[in-house]
Amino acid sequence: MIHVDGLTKYYHDLCAVDQISFAIQKGEILGLLGPNGAGKTTILRILAGFLQPTAGTIRVKDYSIDAHFLEIKKLLGYLPESAPLYHDMLVYDYLDYVANIREIDKRQKLPRIRRLADLCGINSVMHQPIGELSKGYKQRVGLAHAMMNDPEILVLDEPTSGLDPNQIVEIREIIKKIGQEKTVILSTHILSEAEATCDRIVIINRGKIVADDRTANLKQTLSDKSRIDLTLQNADFASLQQKLGTINGVDRLTPIEETDHHLRVSISCQGGVDPRAAIYRQIKSTDWILLEFHQETQTLENIFRELTKES
Amino acid sequence: MRQVLPIFRKEFRAYFVTPIAYIVISIFLLVTGWFFFTTFFLFNQANLRNFFGLLPIIFSFVIPAITMRLIAEELNVGTYETLLTLPVTFLDVVLGKFLACWGFIAAMLIPTAAYAFTVAMLGQIDWGPVAGGYIGALLLGAAFSAVGLLASALTRNQIIAFIIGVAICFSLTLIDKMLFFLPRYLLGIFAYLGADFHFENIAKGVIDSRDVLYFVSVSFIGLYGAHLALQAKK
Repeated sequence: MIHVDGLTKYYHDLCAVDQISFAIQKGEILGLLGPNGAGKTTILRILAGFLQPTAGTIRVKDYSIDAHFLEIKKLLGYLPESAPLYHDMLVYDYLDYVANIREIDKRQKLPRIRRLADLCGINSVMHQPIGELSKGYKQRVGLAHAMMNDPEILVLDEPTSGLDPNQIVEIREIIKKIGQEKTVILSTHILSEAEATCDRIVIINRGKIVADDRTANLKQTLSDKSRIDLTLQNADFASLQQKLGTINGVDRLTPIEETDHHLRVSISCQGGVDPRAAIYRQIKSTDWILLEFHQETQTLENIFRELTKES
Repeated sequence: MRQVLPIFRKEFRAYFVTPIAYIVISIFLLVTGWFFFTTFFLFNQANLRNFFGLLPIIFSFVIPAITMRLIAEELNVGTYETLLTLPVTFLDVVLGKFLACWGFIAAMLIPTAAYAFTVAMLGQIDWGPVAGGYIGALLLGAAFSAVGLLASALTRNQIIAFIIGVAICFSLTLIDKMLFFLPRYLLGIFAYLGADFHFENIAKGVIDSRDVLYFVSVSFIGLYGAHLALQAKK
């Protein structure tokens, strides 16, 4: 459906996107993930025809952004970050205006606007100026704007930023509903969001792809790695290291805090072995007092942090 | 090109939905009405020559005020991104906004027809120069709108857009009044550049193709410049 090929974008001397290539299948919900300034927005803007790449190209179906940007814009629905809309227009007038630009047939216009208003839950604000709406409603109007032409591809730039938890869940539900039949690309720096909505995640850092896999696979590779936090009383790190270091599955011990009263250690584990039973038995054999013992399963959060850490 | 119409309609309505239109039109009528009628009875002539004589100067302040928000505001608020990712071309955007502004100027000139009718009641008015004056005013309005639109495309700050617009329009208006500073062999060229000079010709009721061509050229240069300025932002 969409092929991104060697995409590069320089802002003067600053390289925002560096030789990025990936492909998106029809019906996929793809999450572009990365810290601020990673180049997510730039990629989406190029795809939406707002910016021109310095090098490389994007092909949507049989169209390329260099030659057929108008045709691509007709296939796309795009919601920019924080949904910039005309503040002095009424919601209905705005949607009507978008429908006119999208050349939607006169007779289908009203039913279409009604359907979108239902889908995005903006029926109650149709006759209010956009500038008076709360951020969540603005975002919904933006979503309705993006879906006006029933696009095959929906591009959303940080669709849930600045919303409250309830609104986030609602917007997510809407995106999932759309994603059942459409191709959706969304960017976010919130991992739980990508985890919850996307089929596939592309992690970008400093304009380069650092990971590209299905969400389930990414989680799978993570579940092999886990961490155990341990707090003990009357123990010292050297003897703990001696006792636990040999257990199968324990990779490394790192002291977090060592005081006269207690010792906190983080144990990183590896390979599908669960060392918890062995660790407990070892501790039981001493006169240490076990204050805390819990396993932290790795989330996307951790891999994201690891991949995008400042080197 | 079919997207010009929705953009035009939206921009034209935006003037009248917000107070801008009413403020600008009131000020325009107040200023022209005052300056025209304070001297009207002294001249004791039933024509609108003094009214049309004021227009280039007044337009060079009023029109940049109308055009300043057209693109600068979109750039500032970010709606420019929303607009440009709809299936529109730069040409659609520039033309739609230009026509909206031009339409607004036409709407602003309509109430001044009252001056003509008032004068017609007071004496024998020659309708030829009046018609010429209005045609000239529309041509002048088009040229200044295009210049104002260019100024608006150059910056995201409306005040700066206004000042750039006024500076260009004002220079075009005054350039033929400055001619005595210039050596004789340059006179012809600079006189030709003056908007006031061409406008006066048309306002006399003589519609010369050279004058029309001047206004069309200025409009074209302004719009093309705005088009280039938008393209450069890609």
